[in-house]
Amino acid sequence: MDTDIVAEDQAILDDIALRLSDFGRERGNLIPILQMIQQRHAYLSPGSIKMVAEYLEIPTCEVYGVATFYNQFRFHPPGKHHIKVCLGTACHVKGGDIILENFERKLGIKDGETTPDKEFSMERVACVGCCALAPVVVVDEDVNGHVAPSKVEGIVLGFQIEKERQEREKQENESG
Amino acid sequence: MSENNSKAEEIVEEKAEEEEQEKKKEEKVIPYLEDVPFFGLQKLIVLKNKGIDPELIDEYIAKDGYQAAAKALLEMTPEEIIAEMKTSGLRGRGGAGFPTGLKWEFANKSEGDIKYVLCNADEGDPGAFMDRSVLEADPHAILEGMIIAAKAVGAHQGYIYCRAEYPLAIKRLNIAISQATEYGLLGNDIFGSGFDFHLEIYQGAGAFVCGEETALMHSIEGKRGMPRPRPPFPAHQGLWKKPTVLNNVETYANVPQIIFNGGKWYAGIGTETSKGTKVFALTGTVKNIGLVEVPMGTSLRTIIFDIGGGVPKKKKFKAVQLGGPSGGCVSEEFIDTPVDYESIAKVGAIMGSGGMIVMDNQTCMVDMARFFMDFVQDESCGKCTPCREGTRHMLQILEKITRGEGEPGDIDTLEELSEVIKDAALCGLGQTGPNPVLSTLQYFRDEYEAHIFEKRCPAKRCPALLEFEVDEEKCIKCGICFKRCPTEAITWEKKQPAKIDKDKCIKCMTCITNCPSDAIF
Ligand SMILES: Cc1cc2nc3c(=O)[nH]c(=O)nc-3n(C[C@H](O)[C@H](O)[C@H](O)COP(=O)(O)O)c2cc1C
Ligand code: FES
Repeated sequence: MDTDIVAEDQAILDDIALRLSDFGRERGNLIPILQMIQQRHAYLSPGSIKMVAEYLEIPTCEVYGVATFYNQFRFHPPGKHHIKVCLGTACHVKGGDIILENFERKLGIKDGETTPDKEFSMERVACVGCCALAPVVVVDEDVNGHVAPSKVEGIVLGFQIEKERQEREKQENESG
Repeated sequence: MSENNSKAEEIVEEKAEEEEQEKKKEEKVIPYLEDVPFFGLQKLIVLKNKGIDPELIDEYIAKDGYQAAAKALLEMTPEEIIAEMKTSGLRGRGGAGFPTGLKWEFANKSEGDIKYVLCNADEGDPGAFMDRSVLEADPHAILEGMIIAAKAVGAHQGYIYCRAEYPLAIKRLNIAISQATEYGLLGNDIFGSGFDFHLEIYQGAGAFVCGEETALMHSIEGKRGMPRPRPPFPAHQGLWKKPTVLNNVETYANVPQIIFNGGKWYAGIGTETSKGTKVFALTGTVKNIGLVEVPMGTSLRTIIFDIGGGVPKKKKFKAVQLGGPSGGCVSEEFIDTPVDYESIAKVGAIMGSGGMIVMDNQTCMVDMARFFMDFVQDESCGKCTPCREGTRHMLQILEKITRGEGEPGDIDTLEELSEVIKDAALCGLGQTGPNPVLSTLQYFRDEYEAHIFEKRCPAKRCPALLEFEVDEEKCIKCGICFKRCPTEAITWEKKQPAKIDKDKCIKCMTCITNCPSDAIF
């Protein structure tokens, strides 16, 4: 298992090494490089941050300083399903904070965290630009409008049922 | 004979009447665009090109696109462009309302061979999407505005700082830039005028404070996006310490039409001090949600009630919030205020970048103040103490009040902290951060007092101050709460009032917001 993780990490680092040469070694490229890494691998691992620091010849802490300043960057792998709860003004007026609370309670994680089984991660965002549908929740790429607490149950339940179905099928296939 | 005659007359009359009604019916079915208040009361300058294919430069060109750039590059001197901009009276649409012509003049007069033109497409106000739709629907207008600005100040390189949360906007900007480059409208020797201008997109990484001009420049330089004290102003020392002009998306979108139609034409729209139009993102408890563009000086009432169609049935208008976390709210009493920079400031709000959120009697104003303070505190970059520590204290007090633990003296402390932060903070984030608190205190002080002294939330929005009990006299026994409750905490039978089991209740507010008779308290 551990060797798997190491191999995965190494694959990420190899991929980044390959892409780094597209960028000049100027300081101004720091944020674009971090964005490229996150876009390809969904988060910034400690190894990748060190690699960037070496490439730009700046201290690792400096890279962390910049990366942690911006909301965009994640330092842990996100879950299989990523839930974005809109807490923009229009969504707040229509109770977006209550929806966030419901997700937190249902999944047992707080904003910015991932469930231990790596199924779900969640973050709060500000205005996704469909205020007419407030309160809005974006699950993976799907926009869910007019979300009520009962719909929260439904969204999570939907994924759980889907997962159970897949597992059952897998078992059936294995046994059959 | 005469009988017949009169009968015929009757028939003719009936027929005429029928025709009349038919005509009226027809008119009712398809009225002219101008006759629908939603469209008729708007004036489209920035949104003029809505509906064109933003990924085809030819469609933009067919709408007189790039004619202004040609005029500016081939026929006008930088001084003439600046004079035209000054005549127009255009003021920055990013929030502060600084005269655009003047800003360009400062940068033009600044010494240096290398200068930059930047576009602020960071749109951070968490309830506003005006810039986004211009970027997505009419990207060439921004490119053209920036070309003209570049000529006016003598810059040959520009950046559009666009937030990464707008992937479609970034995609369309990229398409627009490559098409414009292909047509010779960007790059070297544009229109054969000998003038060079190159444009790049820079993706923001999600920090509200990066909308502030000096922070934005630090971010492009690859640093933490923290503001610095001004002076020196960016017009003298901006990006990489070179003279720099930064304008908002909507500001640039106005520029081509000012150059094309003349500054005098633009100055003819709007009020004495605020010229032209303004785009607002109208949201909240209002029937028609969306973007509206109106001449400056239009009253808030016209925007909300005539264009926006007013608040939906059974709800009551309470206040409108302008300018997001830097702004304030306007209560019903001042709803006839015209939208121009000065009048809006006089009633305790700001024009802002264009967020306009309509709130009804179910919105708790203390909770709104807490919401914006939470945002400001979260986005405070931490560089200056008044903003970093002050907003944290204000947030703690507001949270305490909404939890029902407010104490006498809290309001005074809030006011005192507000004054200090406004005076002492380094950048606009802190300087305007207390505004939502101050303006709700100005109009809705009684709500704060109800929370603190009576432990009561008049809007029924703060869960900690609610009992979650059913008033059996008010209950109409409809069972809606029973059906909607996500935790089965409510029991109900036909013709019986509902009952809430407090052990199962998670205070999710579903029953309260859905109760048709306001029976749960
Ligand atoms: C905290 C803070 C956030 C800001 N956010 C934005 C923004 O998202 N978009 C914007 O155009 N201007 C924003 N501004 C205003 C800019 O600093 C700047 O005044 C503006 O972009 C100048 O352009 P204008 O003159 O065309 O308005 C912000 C200012 C502050 C202090
Ligand atoms: S505030 Fe949530 S979509 Fe705009």
